[in-house]
Amino acid sequence: MSSPLTVEQIIDQYFLEHRAKVLDLAAFLDRHDRAAAAHGAPPANASRDTRIRALIVALDLLRDGQPERARRILELWSDRSTEPIPSAPMKGAIGAAPLP
Amino acid sequence: MYIDPHIHMVSRTTDDYRRMALAGCVAITEPAFWAGYDRSSAQGFVDYFRLLTETEPKRAAQFGIRHHTWLCINPKESEDIGLAREVLAEIPKFLDKPSVLGIGEIGLNKNSRNELIVLEEHIALAASRNLLILVHTPHLEDKLKGTRLIMDAIKAHSVDPGRVLIDHVEEHTVRQVLDRGFWAGMTLYPDTKCTPQRAADIFEIHGTDRLLINSAADWGVSDPLAVPKCRHEMQRRGHLEATIRKVSFDNPRTFLSQSGRFAIA
Repeated sequence: MSSPLTVEQIIDQYFLEHRAKVLDLAAFLDRHDRAAAAHGAPPANASRDTRIRALIVALDLLRDGQPERARRILELWSDRSTEPIPSAPMKGAIGAAPLP
Repeated sequence: MYIDPHIHMVSRTTDDYRRMALAGCVAITEPAFWAGYDRSSAQGFVDYFRLLTETEPKRAAQFGIRHHTWLCINPKESEDIGLAREVLAEIPKFLDKPSVLGIGEIGLNKNSRNELIVLEEHIALAASRNLLILVHTPHLEDKLKGTRLIMDAIKAHSVDPGRVLIDHVEEHTVRQVLDRGFWAGMTLYPDTKCTPQRAADIFEIHGTDRLLINSAADWGVSDPLAVPKCRHEMQRRGHLEATIRKVSFDNPRTFLSQSGRFAIA
């Protein structure tokens, strides 16, 4: 079952929504880097935070022209271990496992 | 007309029932879950099970919505095996209630050893009574690993995967869930799960067989009208009405009817 929409219809219907999402992401990274500069921390591109590193690396997958970007980004952010952990350290999840 | 097969109405207002009915909801199923805090005793769960089996069906019926439920101790409260086993001992007392469809939402949260032990004991209970199972898969970075561990545990108990709905699938888990014969649920939940747009994409990529949608609306930032919003997204794209009905009504009805307790025209 493929999308009934043409390429032109998909662009017309969804472009503005995703233009806004790209700007939100850019503004988030700018906000991060302003805070980093003010507090002597590394900027996003050199961040040691697992989540920011995961986000920056995912941006490369957006631009690589290969199919199934969403699946590949989710896999990139996933814990790749296979055995149960000894005990649960917390209830929540942070959104990205440390990169391989 | 639609069914929301996973929603936590104990955390929602009566006005939400009204709005859902106006949007075409005719039936919901409500799995037992984490209430946002850890309950201090098995009696707390007994009270919760009474809420699910006695109070919510009456509240839903005011708006012409059929309410069914699933029982368990959820994986977020499964780290304490002693408490979990006390709760497990209480569950059979409720399983003959007419609105109970099976065991759920069981699964894993952080993929710990105790969570897996409690999951296996729930699976054994379901298998012993030939009950349907509704599965919660972990959040975010824990989902891929947890989904595989859960499917392996179910397989080890020789449970028919056609009687198990694995929820919260996303792009990286949906294919393996379907390929192993399970039903798969996409949860339309802001920020941490699927958007209506991504769910529509997943239908376009993976088809509509054994795949359905739910809101899992609860006490968090969530949307009890997420299912009709996904239906609307599919309408915007020009999908056939029969396709939209299949994923939001026919598929959940087919899966849930296997319980012998879910009947809706």
